[in-house]
Amino acid sequence: MSSVDLALPRETGRPAEPAASVRAELRFFANELRITFYRRRNQVLLLVTALFPIVIGIGLKVSMPHGGGGRGPGASGAAYFSQLAGNGVFLTFVALSLLLILVLPVVVGVVAGDSVAGEAGYGTLRYLLAVPAGRTRLLAVKYATIVVWAVSATFVVSVIGLLVGVALFGAGPVTLLSGTTVSLADGLVHVLWVTLYVCAAMAAFGAIALAISTFTEHAIGAIAAAMLIVVASEVVDNIPQFAPVAPYIPTHWWLSFDSLLRTPIDTTTLWHGLLSFLVYAVVFLSIAWARFTSSDVTS
Amino acid sequence: MTQGEERTELATAELAVASSALTKRFRGGQLAVDHVDLVVPRGAVYGFLGPNGSGKTTTIRMLLGLAFPTSGTAQLLGVPMPEGSTRVLSRVGSLVEGPAFYPYLSGWDNLARYDSADRTASVRTAKARIGEAMERVGLTGAAKKKFRNYSLGMKQRLAIAAALLTPRDLIILDEPTNGLDPQGTREVRTLVRQIAADGITVFVSSHLLAEVEQVSTHVGVMRLGKLVFQGELAALRRTAAPRIAVRTGDTEAAAEVLAKLGLADTVLVTTGLVTTGLVNTGQVNPGLTDGLVTAELGEVAPERVTAELVHAGVGVRGLSVEAPSLEDLFVGLTGEGFDVER
Repeated sequence: MSSVDLALPRETGRPAEPAASVRAELRFFANELRITFYRRRNQVLLLVTALFPIVIGIGLKVSMPHGGGGRGPGASGAAYFSQLAGNGVFLTFVALSLLLILVLPVVVGVVAGDSVAGEAGYGTLRYLLAVPAGRTRLLAVKYATIVVWAVSATFVVSVIGLLVGVALFGAGPVTLLSGTTVSLADGLVHVLWVTLYVCAAMAAFGAIALAISTFTEHAIGAIAAAMLIVVASEVVDNIPQFAPVAPYIPTHWWLSFDSLLRTPIDTTTLWHGLLSFLVYAVVFLSIAWARFTSSDVTS
Repeated sequence: MTQGEERTELATAELAVASSALTKRFRGGQLAVDHVDLVVPRGAVYGFLGPNGSGKTTTIRMLLGLAFPTSGTAQLLGVPMPEGSTRVLSRVGSLVEGPAFYPYLSGWDNLARYDSADRTASVRTAKARIGEAMERVGLTGAAKKKFRNYSLGMKQRLAIAAALLTPRDLIILDEPTNGLDPQGTREVRTLVRQIAADGITVFVSSHLLAEVEQVSTHVGVMRLGKLVFQGELAALRRTAAPRIAVRTGDTEAAAEVLAKLGLADTVLVTTGLVTTGLVNTGQVNPGLTDGLVTAELGEVAPERVTAELVHAGVGVRGLSVEAPSLEDLFVGLTGEGFDVER
């Protein structure tokens, strides 16, 4: 070091001990989490997400024919609706399967699509990199936060769905889709597995939206592009002529969690789903990393 | 390694900012920065001048590792960029192309945000450091206010506070007075002086010479992506030294007198124009062919030059003392402005 260095005020100095570096990593991650969850827009998103299971629960309760066992509205979740009577736990599955179509992808897509593009748009990206946050490190913190966010949103649906379901339809032994009845405790374990499966799906989708986010400084563009992928993928999935490619599109395995509601559990389908999520996450994180570590920050 | 190479390496290590043939060509083919060799000694206040669009910001972006050079190299505090970003940037405070913060966070939370991203910054001292930085720029009272409600001047000050969050060896300020009122500009100037007084190297860009003239020790002038002047401000000032101009028919004799008086940098200009006022004589009198002799005046009084010229029998037709302002020199280097040169 030169003499200039020595002349500088160092009393507020920097610790070099390795323990501090772990703390420093956690501090950045904690700050990212804090500003993500503190942001009013995101709080509103979570609040709206929480309202959906409540509205769905009330709607089903009102429309359900008395005497039980009747069929609810014949939508995609039809199989679950018939199970609802006297079995509030099933509201969680109904809510998750309905919200997975668009609401959960929107909630995850907004935060993930905004993650890098939003920083670029505000111009804060150049300051973070000049701090220096480190490009790879910043991307890692961004993705970790997206995963926490996706898990939070999914659990909000799950937990609120469970509470509302139990309040409106009561709790008791759970009759699975295959007709087997398991105890309430076992039923809750099924709820947990299903929720974690959906978390994995949303985390993989978050990687896609993050990758898109590194290509633009317009957050809204990245979010819209991510939504377009979801809708296009769901459309393709529903056209029989595309059946050969269907297993490879991003949304194909999202709703496969109904395998968890049958005995014996169809693990092959589940593993296919999880493998699909893993591949999508790895591929799109690699794209995000390649792009983010090699491009000029011009905003 | 030869001795020469060794010496060069040592020399660059002593520089706060160094670049060699630093070049950036945009994807459109436009050459934004063209073989720029920056030499910024430690402890200097370096005014990086040039009109808007001359490549200053692109250069700064490359220095900070935000943009990758097309060719050439750059070093900050002796560390190569952009490879050494994570190693050296924590010792470099910067303000690039205006302040940028999260509008939905308070001033304090914004600083805490950037501080949290710095892995060399201690959590323990964060509160004290943020408070100190805010106080230094006079924002203590607005710490809890949301950034979106800050005035332009406050935003600029917060950006400077962010650059001062941890002890630095180098501060890079890109157009720090952009959009500030005269008071704000003065405050920034005072702040730059204080920072420099602490022994920190300051690299400050501006499109206005007047803004950095009073604080700089060194200047670099950019034009169309090229560094057209670099050196101590005093050296630039010297080229702005007052010159005496003698209009005479006998330039040789006049030049001799000026040289005898010890005036430096004598320049003879034979204009060849007949400027006698007797325009219609139809005669071309060789003795009336006008010439101009100029020289740096230095310490010599103009009236003494006049007396000596007359004494030596040199016919003096006109005599004037001209001192180009630093501004004139700057404009001479960078062009008049107004025309968009590309």
